[in-house]
Amino acid sequence: MLDTAPLPAHVLDELRRILPRPRAVLDAREDLLVYGYDGTWYEGFPQVVAIPESAEQVAEIVRLANRERLAVTPRAMGSSLSGGPVPLRGGIVIDTKRMNRILEIDEVNFVAVVQPGVINADLQKAVESRGLFYPPDPSSMRQSAIGGNVAENAGGSRCLKYGVTADYVMGLQVVLPTGEIIRTGGKMVKNVTGYNLRALFTGAEGTLGVITEATLRLLKKPPFTLTAMAVFASIVDAAQCVTEVMSAGLTPCAIEMMDDVTMSCVEEMFHLGLPVEREAILLFAVDGNHRAIVDGEMEALSELARKAGALEVRVAADEAESNALWQARRGISPALARKRPNKLGEDVSIPRSEIPRMVRAVRAIAAKYALTIPLFGHVGDGNLHPNILCDRHDPQELERVGAAAREIFEAAVACGGTLSGEHGIGLLKKQFIELDLGSAQVEAMRRIKTALDPNGIMNPGKIFPEPGGIDAFKL
Amino acid sequence: MDEQADAFESHPEARYGGAGRMSDATVAAHEEAAATLADFAPAANGFTGRDIPPDDVFNRCVRCGLCLPTCPTYVETMVETSSPRGRIALIKSVAEGQLDLLSPGFMHQMSECLDCRACEAVCPSGVEYGKLLEPARTQVNRALEQERGPIKNFVRHLLLHVLFGNLAIMRLVSRVLWLVQRLGLQAFAQKSGLARLFGMEKMIDLAPRMSDTFFVARDQRWEATGAKKATVFLHGGCIMATAFAEIDFATVRVLQRAGCEVLAPAAQGCCGAITVHAGDMDAGRELAKRNIEAFEQSGADYYIINAAGCGSTLKEYGHLFHEDPQWHARAVRFAAKVRDITEFLDEIGIDENLGRIEATVTYQEPCHLVHAQRITQAPRNLLRKIPGLTLVEMDESSLCCGSAGIYNLTQPEMSQRLMERKAKNAAATGASCCATANPGCQLQVQAGLRREGSEMSVRHIIELLDESYRVGDASRGTPATP
Repeated sequence: MLDTAPLPAHVLDELRRILPRPRAVLDAREDLLVYGYDGTWYEGFPQVVAIPESAEQVAEIVRLANRERLAVTPRAMGSSLSGGPVPLRGGIVIDTKRMNRILEIDEVNFVAVVQPGVINADLQKAVESRGLFYPPDPSSMRQSAIGGNVAENAGGSRCLKYGVTADYVMGLQVVLPTGEIIRTGGKMVKNVTGYNLRALFTGAEGTLGVITEATLRLLKKPPFTLTAMAVFASIVDAAQCVTEVMSAGLTPCAIEMMDDVTMSCVEEMFHLGLPVEREAILLFAVDGNHRAIVDGEMEALSELARKAGALEVRVAADEAESNALWQARRGISPALARKRPNKLGEDVSIPRSEIPRMVRAVRAIAAKYALTIPLFGHVGDGNLHPNILCDRHDPQELERVGAAAREIFEAAVACGGTLSGEHGIGLLKKQFIELDLGSAQVEAMRRIKTALDPNGIMNPGKIFPEPGGIDAFKL
Repeated sequence: MDEQADAFESHPEARYGGAGRMSDATVAAHEEAAATLADFAPAANGFTGRDIPPDDVFNRCVRCGLCLPTCPTYVETMVETSSPRGRIALIKSVAEGQLDLLSPGFMHQMSECLDCRACEAVCPSGVEYGKLLEPARTQVNRALEQERGPIKNFVRHLLLHVLFGNLAIMRLVSRVLWLVQRLGLQAFAQKSGLARLFGMEKMIDLAPRMSDTFFVARDQRWEATGAKKATVFLHGGCIMATAFAEIDFATVRVLQRAGCEVLAPAAQGCCGAITVHAGDMDAGRELAKRNIEAFEQSGADYYIINAAGCGSTLKEYGHLFHEDPQWHARAVRFAAKVRDITEFLDEIGIDENLGRIEATVTYQEPCHLVHAQRITQAPRNLLRKIPGLTLVEMDESSLCCGSAGIYNLTQPEMSQRLMERKAKNAAATGASCCATANPGCQLQVQAGLRREGSEMSVRHIIELLDESYRVGDASRGTPATP
């Protein structure tokens, strides 16, 4: 229920002075109702929404918030899967969507300088039109912005070969919680001057400052890409196949897994003729600069998949067919809404040698708690997305969901893995973070947070566990 | 309370204008309004009676945000409230008693949405957005009826019920308009205050140029050329039959050549799109019943429509009657036989004796073809069949042009912004002609291109096919088909 106190009039006046453009300061009930959600089921409500167009305006807003002790929650497209942009303590939501320009594509240094509101897919399109390549491709690439990608250190399918967002962040402009604008890093390849703060802000989930500009590394676009689908009668065979491919030293740019429930949801939307009667498929992508090498790699992959028990390996005939498969892959998460009213999307990441063990563990947990937990994800890099389907308004079911989620986290940690590969901790996993990092490490993080944000205004209520063991999934 | 009705229909810029185009006066109004809204208390009135936005539809939205970049009003404003995800959240808030049905922001959003359905087409979760918006609009309209004042209600009634409710009256008004246009009397109507008296200043300005000869359905039967493949019912339409009558006649000729016997039963009427989109589902149902009966009695195999906006409404008759057990099954049977002309021709195959048209053509996708009916390839396949014609794609070909039924009357500012955006994208292709498949788009894109100073023509795909046949016949010395 939206029930936030109205903002003091002088704060509103000050915001309107900082942001004189129309519809840049929103405080109508209708606006507050739509600026407090993201792609999870969490909801909060800001007291006001500020839509700046420059780093200087962001800095002024943050200084005002720091003086008035108001919470600041940065937001771009609000597509987060961990609760990052959900304002928990009212305050100001800073929407960076109007800072959406690609400032520079530098074809000599192979970097792009972009504002935080640029949509990932738009950046990809812009650089690819010049033969360049920005590899991080979160499944939300068409609806997520670079600001959020950097803040959450987003991943994607191609991370297997190319790494995550952090591997491409060469420099950042950040507004600190106390309102100073700093630049960390830049266009240079080597840079060891001072602490590596750009690495600290990347993945800090908006708790240490607002990202107002990013300098991103680009590569040359590999001209040849092939996609194939391998069909398996057993999901454990599919998982085993991944382990074998990786230990054979092959370098596909992506290996994705979809189980039967996932396939049936996706099929309803995309009508691709997926083998929904089978337990799992793997999608492989191979890319490179030479056709013969790409063909050869795909040949070797297919051969390995057949040996590992694939019933069929189908190579996409053309780009259209391959694009259709990848578009369907990116649609999985929202498509799961077709099965049950709600989903709790997990994001565990484990060493690749442990994939078959983790897959077995998730299946056993689903059976134990009588829950449907479709399993898909970037299996090639060990990042799995078990999604617990449920009706969160059913208290008994929600109880089982909570228990299952905890066991999934425990299983991941037991496999030598971690809670989150690419979505971030946010609200969804904060109660479990000590399970993974231990209390000393969380305490060290807390000291960094306090040093940079003495008044605790930046995105409060995220990452750090609440005392007293609250139920992470109710809120 | 007339102000509320205004906020819904025409001048919401006071609080919800675009990014950076407001005058100082509206900015001041914005600030004043925002101040009063801060004290706005929630009321639990929600939706009532028939046509309630279904909760299983809005609860399906998982808020992934994939719809945002496809939404014309979001990309223009960059404000979440003006996005599909935001509007769904607002509809949910009203349903759950968190927001008043007649709160200014809610009414404005229900009106600012173009109902272009781009969001629906990309939604992986399968949220049927149209099934939320149309009932929500209907709810607002019903609640506003008491607030709107007798004159506005009367004009609205004239427009939605009398004009679109009866094709003979539509033709009569069109004939008067034709006369006014031919005699150059628009200025007189405006200056004398006659137009103003009826609140129709904008309508007279924006009215399309009427055809000299209207297409009147009088139970005609045109024989198929060659072997007959099917008997089809041609829906002549309202605007199409008066302002673009030539397209109806061209449709008959192209269908004949494709091997169809074409019927134009006199019992047909308006499809109801304008009324349903304007939030009057009751009136829409009355119109639908007439067309269903006319089709059942005609014995035709298919119901053919050459206006994308009408086609999507006709195909959704089943949903229109989902609360009416008596009519539901008939409506579903009817809807299964409806085909857009491009879809139908692509399906059954056309006469391939086409003549050359040396032209570069770009294609503007009508929202109700690409998003609501998901037809993307058929129009392009037909265009590519014409020898000599080169198809070049424009940027954002499926982003709404801002026409959207009577949107240019209800939301003139946003309509114009989208029109300019579309015209720039079309002009940037360097094509000499922009093809489309809906009369509303045709008018809007034409107006936008003129304003850009572009010479590009805007034609319905059927006109291009018809012209191609004419060229082919002339070059072979075959007499043109009637």
